[in-house]
Amino acid sequence: MRDVRDALMVARNTDGKLIRRPLSPHLQVYRWPVSMALSIAHRVTGVGLGVGTMLLTWWLVAAAVSDEAFSGVQWFLATPIGLLVLLGWTVALFFHFFAGLRHLVWDAGHGFEQPWYDRSAWAVVIATGVATLLLWITGLAVW
Amino acid sequence: MAGSPKNPQIDILRSPLGRARGLGSARAGAAHWWMQRITSIALVPLTLWFLCAMVRMIGATRDDVVSWMAGPLPVVLMIALVIATFHHLQAGLQVVIEDYVTNDALRIGSILLVKGLSLLLALACIVSVLKLGL
Repeated sequence: MRDVRDALMVARNTDGKLIRRPLSPHLQVYRWPVSMALSIAHRVTGVGLGVGTMLLTWWLVAAAVSDEAFSGVQWFLATPIGLLVLLGWTVALFFHFFAGLRHLVWDAGHGFEQPWYDRSAWAVVIATGVATLLLWITGLAVW
Repeated sequence: MAGSPKNPQIDILRSPLGRARGLGSARAGAAHWWMQRITSIALVPLTLWFLCAMVRMIGATRDDVVSWMAGPLPVVLMIALVIATFHHLQAGLQVVIEDYVTNDALRIGSILLVKGLSLLLALACIVSVLKLGL
């Protein structure tokens, strides 16, 4: 046993005999309840938003540097690819925002009981759609 | 490895308590989790403010950004948003890396890389906001 974490895989049964702890089955075994999909999506959007912070940094740094640099960012964001990046970014942000609120409610000790566990999951999906739609309608109206 | 599946064995001469004291949440383990919650709570109003601000910056020129950043409020809120965002980001990515990367060198290396990059990006944002606002 070279790795300390390996020690956690070994235990004694009630007879005092050393056994290997059973491993839980992996992803492909389970059906896909909405909560599982949301949990995975929360991680994926979190990582995606991490990449998105580079866009925020580019925008702020360009604004601080020069007129040309800033009009460069603004030009890119208005191209079809830029708009697609922004759309993905807003969907990810709203999803992570609402799913994060659901996590905070759990952290306070509420919302684990059915039917609220599944209902809050669907509420996150609907709120993400509605908020994204509202933001883009406002944005395109302003533009 | 801890022996074969049929015949497991423990050859680390350290008590479970001794292991727990050096690992996990025995000392400051809750601090990481707690900071992630604090930054997420801070980011609720900050994100809503940021989105409203960014909608007004659609198609903006650099002069528009400069005049927006002329007041102290956008400068303070933007810096607060940047700090909370990048702290939350490096805390979250650290957990993701710890969950999926089992190789020690790769895990520690990628966590350091994430933390270093987050810090540099955050500093670049803060310096830019100060340059615009001061």
